[in-house]
Amino acid sequence: MKQSLYIAFKYLLFHKIRTLILVASIGIIIFLPNGLQKLIEESESQMMARADSTPLVIGTKGSSTDLVINSLYFRQEKIENMTMKTNGELKETGLGYPIPLLSTFKARGFSIAGTNLDYFNFRKLIISKGRKFSFVGECIIGSRVAEKLDITVSDSLISSPENYFDFAGVYPLKMEVVGVLQETNTPDDYTIFTDLKTNWIIMGLGHGHQDLSKTLDQSVILNRDSSNVTANAKLFMYNEITKQNLESFHFHGSPENYPITSIIFVPKDIKSGTILRGKFEAREILNQIVVPSKVVETLLQSIFRIKQIFNTVFVLVGFATLLILGLIVTLSLRLRKDEIRTMFTIGSSKAKIFEILGLELMILVLSSFLFALALYFVTGYFVNDFINYFII
Amino acid sequence: MIELSDIKFSYPNSEFHLSIDSLLIGTGEKTAVIGPSGFGKTTMLNLIAGILIPEHGSVIIKEKEINHLQDSERRNFRIKEIGFVFQDFKLLEYLNVLDNILLPFRINKSLSLTKEILENAQELAASINIEDKLYKHPSKLSHGERQRVAICRALLNKPSLILADEPTGNLDPANKAHIMDILFDYVDNYSSTLITVTHDYALLSGFDEVLDFEKLNIGI
Repeated sequence: MKQSLYIAFKYLLFHKIRTLILVASIGIIIFLPNGLQKLIEESESQMMARADSTPLVIGTKGSSTDLVINSLYFRQEKIENMTMKTNGELKETGLGYPIPLLSTFKARGFSIAGTNLDYFNFRKLIISKGRKFSFVGECIIGSRVAEKLDITVSDSLISSPENYFDFAGVYPLKMEVVGVLQETNTPDDYTIFTDLKTNWIIMGLGHGHQDLSKTLDQSVILNRDSSNVTANAKLFMYNEITKQNLESFHFHGSPENYPITSIIFVPKDIKSGTILRGKFEAREILNQIVVPSKVVETLLQSIFRIKQIFNTVFVLVGFATLLILGLIVTLSLRLRKDEIRTMFTIGSSKAKIFEILGLELMILVLSSFLFALALYFVTGYFVNDFINYFII
Repeated sequence: MIELSDIKFSYPNSEFHLSIDSLLIGTGEKTAVIGPSGFGKTTMLNLIAGILIPEHGSVIIKEKEINHLQDSERRNFRIKEIGFVFQDFKLLEYLNVLDNILLPFRINKSLSLTKEILENAQELAASINIEDKLYKHPSKLSHGERQRVAICRALLNKPSLILADEPTGNLDPANKAHIMDILFDYVDNYSSTLITVTHDYALLSGFDEVLDFEKLNIGI
């Protein structure tokens, strides 16, 4: 057996490329159904864990799936904004506490989520480097954001403009990174967290500019009377919040009308949650309230149906691969007829020749299994990407 | 002594028939087999080696009627007693020279690959000037070198009978002479028997006997 193994190994090693192609193709065929199964199972468990840990989500009426995905994964589906007024109303119910969320902007491909510090306590997020934000213009980044953008505390991030052709639109804001979160294997790893006010500044609802009452440049003044000063477009607007210009930042309008995309509501207990849902049913509070786990369950059911189709496809592909493998073995035996005859002539038994050929096949299949196993273990690493690209 | 008597052989679905009434080859003899193509020279070598079994008659080598042995006995007899040299070398391209020489020891349980055998292989390779090619693959060698590798493989087990099927067919004149010298030296040194099929009449002077299939009482 040892000698047969040696010859079989030498044969496969000599035909490296052929061997690698065979191992890769068989390995991938073995991996695909199992890998997809693992991805779906892990995705299901991660998505359900995320959903289960979020008791209630409130947003404007519309797609409950979009609302949950935006609130749990910060995927910026086009959902209508609601106002901070609802946040106040929810707080006043005394049934629990609301966590407002505003997720509309991005920075270098990662979502910016505006929220308050309650969110960090609610999700039990730990700061691994730096501190929590305490001023507008500061942000905390998820571990994967830090890793992928290669940035850390005291670096900066610039919010992406929403529309490059809208010159009168939102200007990018340079934000200082003050903290990096510990890895949680949740969407929080891929998110940039800021204070709600920072988001409103990006939206243009708040801004900072040179003090018109002190300016010496009269060309910037359009009109001045006893109570108002109106500036023209020459007025310099700050696109970075620093200690020097922090005080110049201010907001216009009533704070209760400021936009948010959704609210996570954490009830005191199950009963409080039920009462709150009743209030929504009774239309005492407008907007919609959803239980994320129920929404995610519905979403996953559709994915399982698609998985059934994939499984059928994999069975057919696997069968086709087996047929091709059979063809390869047959053709290979025909090509190696001369070699087999030589071995037989110089004293090998037919059984020994079959042993060598069988061992070659066994090494191929085993290597393919190992390759498939390696892919299977690596799959776990891509669960979040899989969820992001294929599920939500 | 090799004795073939009253041999009758035919291939299935073929019009080819070989019959040999009687043929004796003495131990230690160097015998050349000549004759036109298709007269059954290679078939006769295969009958002597026990690879083909005659429909009638007997093949006796070293007082053993090998056509009546069991398959495994015949195989073990062949690997221990017979060394094969082919015109097209029959080396395995995926094994290096040393592994090709050691191949009989890797494919038959009755031979064990020991350190001594490995040393013998290296010495044998050195004696025919291919010691620096041991770790090369056959495709990197010249025809003459490949035939020397094939001879090493055939001789490593010190066989009492060497069956060579046109061993110089693919070689240039200088290599032909060299290859035949190696085979003749071995036969002289080990009192072995050599049966060589050849079309090269210039080589016949080195043989003790010449069997001409056209003139002998061999029917096809």
